Amino acid sequence: MPHDHHDHDHDHDHHHHGLSPSGHPYRQDDDAPLTYWQRMEIAVRELLIEKGVTTAAEIASQIDLMDSRSPANGAAVVARAWADPAFKSRLLDNAGDASREMGFDIGPLHLIAVENTADTHNLIVCTLCSCYPRNLLGLPPDWYKTRAYRSRAVREPRAVLAEFGLDLPDSTTIRVHDSTADMRYIVLPARPDGTEGLSEAELAALVTRDCMIGTGLPRLPQTVATPG
Amino acid sequence: MGGDAAGPVPMEGHDFALWEKRVDALMVLCSSKGHFTVDGLRRALEDMGEDAFEKHSYYERWIAAVNQNLIEGGVYTLEELATRMDDIAARGATYGEAARG
Repeated sequence: MPHDHHDHDHDHDHHHHGLSPSGHPYRQDDDAPLTYWQRMEIAVRELLIEKGVTTAAEIASQIDLMDSRSPANGAAVVARAWADPAFKSRLLDNAGDASREMGFDIGPLHLIAVENTADTHNLIVCTLCSCYPRNLLGLPPDWYKTRAYRSRAVREPRAVLAEFGLDLPDSTTIRVHDSTADMRYIVLPARPDGTEGLSEAELAALVTRDCMIGTGLPRLPQTVATPG
Repeated sequence: MGGDAAGPVPMEGHDFALWEKRVDALMVLCSSKGHFTVDGLRRALEDMGEDAFEKHSYYERWIAAVNQNLIEGGVYTLEELATRMDDIAARGATYGEAARG
């Protein structure tokens, strides 16, 4: 995780605010002055543990589970759909079941895959809050949760896409899908040209988080760095 | 909010801090154990008023909504929360010290 690494040099003469019980400096994230809301989080968590609602281990394993989810999961699903027409058809029919087939835990949600074609581009948003296909993509990026994105994605999607560097021709139909707590969308981007000979793993490397939200397109094969 | 006018989409992001991940975990766990519903959280968030979206960060609003639902559900009392938050303030000046890891 990026925030396990300190940007500054480790200077052991430098005074750290507080050491952990094991004598190590706290992670940088934890060095800032305690806020009211952080105190509330600690208090709620401790009370829940004391009341037997949850345990510290259960919370830690939930965080691990969340950390293990990343756009790589969604990319694997997209690459499988590009490589296997029968899988793609199952994905478009029931994205939850198709993803479970690959071993991904989708929970009780309805997951719907929406396919980009030559003349249609799909964009997902949650105007209400932050509903997102987190089981396949991990936690949503900050911009997905902003007032600006949530307000404007449904009002002027072309202008929003342009801010992401995506200028679609007027002839392209843009469909905006508003997620709910029970219904999540994932965009199945169109397979880029020139990828005919690529393996599923190579295809997955072309699939970005943003192209599964609809604010981007897959990478082109020649822009992927070759190993070595 | 959907359809309202708004400025450019801010693209900068941040890594989630430990306390934010813990809020997320508490929300998922308490919800899966039936202590509140997504609708209950939504109501609490809506009740904060529009300016809460300007004044507070995402996980600040969520811990407030989780807390409100747990108190309403009788999991603990407002007094228990207040007492604990005071205790925590006395533990140290940083999250790491106050959370004891």
